[in-house]
Amino acid sequence: MWSFHKWFERHSLILVVGILVVVSIGGLVQIAPLFFIESTIEEVEGVRPYTPLELAGRRIYIREGCYVCHSQMIRPLRDEVERYGHYSLAAESMYDHPFQWGSKRSGPDLARVGGRYSDEWHRAHLEDPRSVVPESVMPPYAFLANADVAVEQMPEHLRVNRMLSVPYSDEQLANASIDARAQAEPLGENAFDFEQRYPGAVSRDFDGNPERVSEMDALIAYLQMLGTGVDFNVYQADTPENRR
Amino acid sequence: MADKRERDHISGTETTGHEWDGVKELDTPLPRWWLYIFYATIVISIVYWVLMPAWPLANGFTRGMLNWSDRANVAADVQFLRDARAPLFRRLADASVSDIAADPDLQQFARAAGASVFGDNCRTCHGAGGAGAPGFPVLADDVWIWGGTMADIEQTLRVGIRASHPETRMSAMPAFGRDGLLSAREIGDVTEYVVSISSARQRLEPNMAAAARGAVVYAAQCGICHGPSGAGDRTQGAPSLNDDIWLYGGSREEIRTQIELGRGGVMPSWEARLDAGTLRALAYYVHDLGGGEPDAPPPTPEASPTSPTAATSPTR
Repeated sequence: MWSFHKWFERHSLILVVGILVVVSIGGLVQIAPLFFIESTIEEVEGVRPYTPLELAGRRIYIREGCYVCHSQMIRPLRDEVERYGHYSLAAESMYDHPFQWGSKRSGPDLARVGGRYSDEWHRAHLEDPRSVVPESVMPPYAFLANADVAVEQMPEHLRVNRMLSVPYSDEQLANASIDARAQAEPLGENAFDFEQRYPGAVSRDFDGNPERVSEMDALIAYLQMLGTGVDFNVYQADTPENRR
Repeated sequence: MADKRERDHISGTETTGHEWDGVKELDTPLPRWWLYIFYATIVISIVYWVLMPAWPLANGFTRGMLNWSDRANVAADVQFLRDARAPLFRRLADASVSDIAADPDLQQFARAAGASVFGDNCRTCHGAGGAGAPGFPVLADDVWIWGGTMADIEQTLRVGIRASHPETRMSAMPAFGRDGLLSAREIGDVTEYVVSISSARQRLEPNMAAAARGAVVYAAQCGICHGPSGAGDRTQGAPSLNDDIWLYGGSREEIRTQIELGRGGVMPSWEARLDAGTLRALAYYVHDLGGGEPDAPPPTPEASPTSPTAATSPTR
């Protein structure tokens, strides 16, 4: 056996081929099945693709590096469940490309921040975090209220997400710019069509400024829907097929 | 590079047979202890595959003989906590404020449970110790918009204010300025009047002529919610205007801005997030922050201006 190994050690090309074979076995056995087996992402009711405005907010979340200090992953540990709510399910980030689980918590986890605080609080907190949380170390993001959302880019963003198998319809793609505005204008002319296209999405003037659809609108719309999709009174975490 | 293995006579170890300019390479074997630990890890990994969830399969994964499940474990952990708290939560559910105050164990439990939940969920807006912030009411004083008995506080926690709960507490002050309901002059007059009926009159010194004009506007527009004397009405969440406590700030400009914009904040409903026992403990904690009112006697709806509330309390 040792002399067989000597044969690998003495022939660099054979050693390279040998390493490739071993590593690819690891990949094939450990990684490849995750893309095919159904238990990787369980089916959960209530998770829906992002609306254009929420998707814009998600992009601002990524652009401003929120994920550097905030995780979006409640682990199945008692203290986290007690503090943040039900542990995160894989399905809850199935339309995230890329997911925002994060790995560091300078600030709190945001996986279930949606609905926890009012829009007004988010506004005050984003403009000047220390006005509401004196010990906060978060930087202020007041400038978001003075920047318009790039609604004209939203059809492209939806199209790219559809390429990544997010099920946006042709109609949603065609109206992405209109819908991005409509969600922040609940009394606007497109509000009804928006609600038809995105059932379950909330339409509000998130930033409290009816004059414009700002990046603040988009970010708050995104934050206010985080973790609100799944109804945990209905979801059965304990059933055998959902055991992990 | 000749390939002749020989034994090194100093170390007693074989050489690899490599030799460069007389320098030979020893083929020292791995230490035995290291090698056996390495073999042991291989054995342990096989045991692990048998006992624990390990290998992905075409449809699912090997579950292991121990039937380990993170989800089942956390459910059991949480259930353990619930069971441990259950007896005290049961006692809390039937207890009045004075019962809790009379029972040191129960009081300590309600305070601790309430403080922890308050820190996680409420402190963010209402501040440490309920100190409040502009737009987010102070909970540590005895001025209440929707009522300060423990039952009132618990109801507010449960359904929220202007929240998505179907029974949520709902009130809306019109934006008299933004929506053009009053002229700028009328708003100025009514601001003077509001200052004149509040405890802020000493520090803001209202223009009494303007206040007299404002009284007419007040009677027509404001009195229906805030009461003819400005005592407020908790049944519809209209704050008292007689004290010197202002949700959106107490300068003349801030009072005027509130009349112009009629802002009203949203408090989320917590019924779906917190269980009944936790809500009760939280209500006790908030009640206990400093301004809780004794349990209401049988309701006397007409008595609000003379009720023992803090509606006319001076500034603290």
